[in-house]
Amino acid sequence: MIGFWLLAPVMVAAALGILFTRKAVHAALLLAVVMIGLAVMYALQDAPFLFAVQIIVYTGAILMLFLFVLMLVGVDASDSVVETIKGQRLMATVVGLLFGAVLVVGVAQVTVGAVTGLDEANAEGNVPALAQLLFSTYVFAFEATSALLITAAIGAMVLAHRERLTPKVGQAERAAQRMRDYVDHGKHLGPLPSPGVYARHNAVDTPALLPDGSAAETSVSRTLTARGTVRSAPALADDVTVLSRQIGHDGRRDGESGTTGNGRDREPGDQA
Amino acid sequence: MSETPFIVLSAILFTIGCVGVLTRRNAIVVFMCVELMLNASNLALITFARVHGNLDGQVAAFFVMVVAAAEVVVGLAIIMTIFRTRRSASVDDASLLKY
Amino acid sequence: MPVVDPAAADGVFSLLWLVIALPALGAAVLLLGGRRTDAWGHLLGVATVAGSFVLSLVAFVGLLGRGADDRAFTQHLYTWIEAGGFRVEASLLYDPLSALFLLLITGVGALIHLYSVGYMAHDPRRRRFFAYLNLFVAAMLVLVLADDYVVLFLGWEGVGLASYLLIGFWQHKPSAAVAAKKAFVVNRVGDLGMALGIMLMFATFGSTAFAEVSRVATEATDGVLTALGLLLLLAACGKSAQVPLQSWLLDAMEGPTPVSALIHAATMVTAGVYLVVRSNFIYENAPVAQTAVVVVGAVTLLWGAVIGCAKDDIKKALAGSTMSQIGYMMLAAGLGVAGYAFAIFHLLTHGFFKANMFLGAGSVMHGMDDDVDMRHYGALQKAMPVTFLTFAMGYLAIIGFPGFSGFWSKDKIIEAGFEDNLVAGLAALLGAGITAFYMTRLMLMTFFGEKRWEKGVHPHESPKVMTVPLIVLAALSVLGGVMLLGDWIVGFLAPVVGEAEHHTPAVPPIVMTLVVVAVVAVGVATAWLLVGRREVPRTAPQRVSVFTRAARADLYGDAINEALFMRPGDRFVGDLVTFDNAGVDGAVNGTAAAFGGMSGRMRRWQNGFVRSYALSVLVGALVVLVAMLAVNLA
Repeated sequence: MIGFWLLAPVMVAAALGILFTRKAVHAALLLAVVMIGLAVMYALQDAPFLFAVQIIVYTGAILMLFLFVLMLVGVDASDSVVETIKGQRLMATVVGLLFGAVLVVGVAQVTVGAVTGLDEANAEGNVPALAQLLFSTYVFAFEATSALLITAAIGAMVLAHRERLTPKVGQAERAAQRMRDYVDHGKHLGPLPSPGVYARHNAVDTPALLPDGSAAETSVSRTLTARGTVRSAPALADDVTVLSRQIGHDGRRDGESGTTGNGRDREPGDQA
Repeated sequence: MSETPFIVLSAILFTIGCVGVLTRRNAIVVFMCVELMLNASNLALITFARVHGNLDGQVAAFFVMVVAAAEVVVGLAIIMTIFRTRRSASVDDASLLKY
Repeated sequence: MPVVDPAAADGVFSLLWLVIALPALGAAVLLLGGRRTDAWGHLLGVATVAGSFVLSLVAFVGLLGRGADDRAFTQHLYTWIEAGGFRVEASLLYDPLSALFLLLITGVGALIHLYSVGYMAHDPRRRRFFAYLNLFVAAMLVLVLADDYVVLFLGWEGVGLASYLLIGFWQHKPSAAVAAKKAFVVNRVGDLGMALGIMLMFATFGSTAFAEVSRVATEATDGVLTALGLLLLLAACGKSAQVPLQSWLLDAMEGPTPVSALIHAATMVTAGVYLVVRSNFIYENAPVAQTAVVVVGAVTLLWGAVIGCAKDDIKKALAGSTMSQIGYMMLAAGLGVAGYAFAIFHLLTHGFFKANMFLGAGSVMHGMDDDVDMRHYGALQKAMPVTFLTFAMGYLAIIGFPGFSGFWSKDKIIEAGFEDNLVAGLAALLGAGITAFYMTRLMLMTFFGEKRWEKGVHPHESPKVMTVPLIVLAALSVLGGVMLLGDWIVGFLAPVVGEAEHHTPAVPPIVMTLVVVAVVAVGVATAWLLVGRREVPRTAPQRVSVFTRAARADLYGDAINEALFMRPGDRFVGDLVTFDNAGVDGAVNGTAAAFGGMSGRMRRWQNGFVRSYALSVLVGALVVLVAMLAVNLA
């Protein structure tokens, strides 16, 4: 029981974390915590096979799948925690609490008598006993699940497959398109500007500065902009002031030294 | 080792999953909460298997896992398809079914 | 009382079905053939009926050569209805009664078809007219050849349909459309009696065939027989325009004149008389119903005669006369065995002379540009000599001028009436006087006196195709009385209706005849004094006695119907509509509106957000959970 009481608060906390974290990746990691906790719970209750399956299938396979999809989808406004449906959050909370209270009260009321324990059932080992059941009583259900899995695999393939409707765009076509865009809209012909490189950062999240001192928005990835990790040019300017004061130089010379790539160890916490 | 704490834990996790489905807008997180609910019920199944002293509950939990795996595969594929066509993973954006 | 017990038809009688099939085929070809048959449709119409007439004549001659006991034949066609104990055979019954009707219908029918060729020559829908006429003839033949009340009912409804179609033939005239509808509706009342009668018959006897019913008729109780008789009388009243269902006949004159002649004078309106005579096995056992028939007949014969006196429309005057003459037949039919033969005899002679006069009236109208107002006629005997002469034959026949057909038939009815009871006899005698009056008035206003023609009207004799039927019918009107020679018709019909035992009448027949002739002379003289010697005003005088006014208004028949049935019905229906609108519709619409409003509100739940739906699922789960717990813990 000690294991239970140690783990249960962690699991509940992690589960609540899923509700409140803003980022889906954090939610996935917290879910992994809950899953592993559950695996331990299974182990505690004489279910070693399911313990292993839980770790391998859930934590190993399913959650990885989630993470893959998260990376593919990227970040968008759906990560915002602002509620858009009027009254949804209030109602969800009230009904959820009521539901939980009734459920807990309900199951707590249940008395099933003495716990039998699985010592007898697991006498020849948990896995052989499970196999015995699975291939006798539940053999048809088992066979049905195989069909289900194949169907799911085919379904996923069908859903993920995309028929090419237009001919593949090659390098020559892209170049021609760029020239056309330049002629028609005056769009810049060359490559996008590279991000500003100030030797203080991971640099890809820092926009380059235009001659007038404003940030060139096209120089950083859109995903980073959406995630809000891009630093603005004025904030960078502040950094430069702070830094030049620290090394006792005047601003002009400091600007030059900043581009040399020093000062990475003194990076201020700028993750928003 | 009493069974009640396990059952209560299962109930709490299930409820948290429910509320997550209702409040989160990112389809993937909603899906994770569904998984959480399935797992919570698995815990209950395994607990009752121990209480009753037979392995049917564990077999049921096994089947739940299998079905959940299949469901995740298809569900995530659907989410991907929706995202590809609508550039959004928000469950609120797919609200045309009311018409 | 005779029982209908026919032998199976053979030889010439096995062609009976063809008598019906010919006009039915004609109607089908003309109706289905459409415009393609326009060119020769009228000829086909005449040919089919003429063919039927030839067949009828052949069959009749065949019948004459047989003894009194085997003059009834039945031809089984097929089983029409078979449901449990109920069985209706589509069979034809050919006996002396049917034979006479067959001759009348096809003979007069063929003449009228021929006449219509000329009369409808300029009507663009002549082919359709002939189709309807053929349909009518076929239905009427079914009616008189039926050997089962259900089959008879088929023909009964068929002639009703044909009558409706033909009265409303000029449906572009609102008056014709309304008249057709009126005839149809009033006939429905009578048909209700027929339908109920047939049902009662089946419930009582288990069969509706003449043979079976006539065999077991005496086994029923008096009450049932009386009810049957009254129900059949109601049916007869509807079809034959007898009081109280008389109101449709005058309006029915909106139809083309050949229709009035064929359907509303010679054949269809006499179907009621046929029904009563054919059902003699019921009436002989139901004295109360028989008395009712006499009363209806007596009332109608006076009623129609009085109406006939006041009408200026030549066709309506003739229609009033038709009503009156059918009253005579009804009266005779109600007298029982003593009268059946005379009813049929009068029916036949009336068929001749009334068809003759209607066609004559049509001929007059033809020459007067379809004007029907007798006040615009006058002095037509020079302009239309053939029409005048033939019409005069009809006139002399109907008033009962000695020697003419009407004289014999009417005289016999009056005689029989006096033998049965004084009131009936007096009514019949009085009717004869009034008949003489109004028919003389009609003659005088139409053919004698001054010209009162409208401007631009140039009366002319009708073409041969119209005058030939007139001449034939006029001849029949004169000579129809030969059927009574040696009481031939009484003996001929005896196998069907029975024969009364002879007894010496209280008043010698010759005295009776003289009295009748005297009464008729008085009627003629009165008409001469009131109409012939005076100037006839071109417009009907308005300052007239209360009796004239009543007669002009059809003795308030329509007013009574309206006051008794139409207005209360209108009010009732109006109330029902109000109730329906306010009560039923209110409840239904209110419910709908309530649900609509509720739905409008509930629709907001249907916002398309999957999370809202999930919330409602969770609420549902919560409710289920609480319910389960409540059940478990309670």
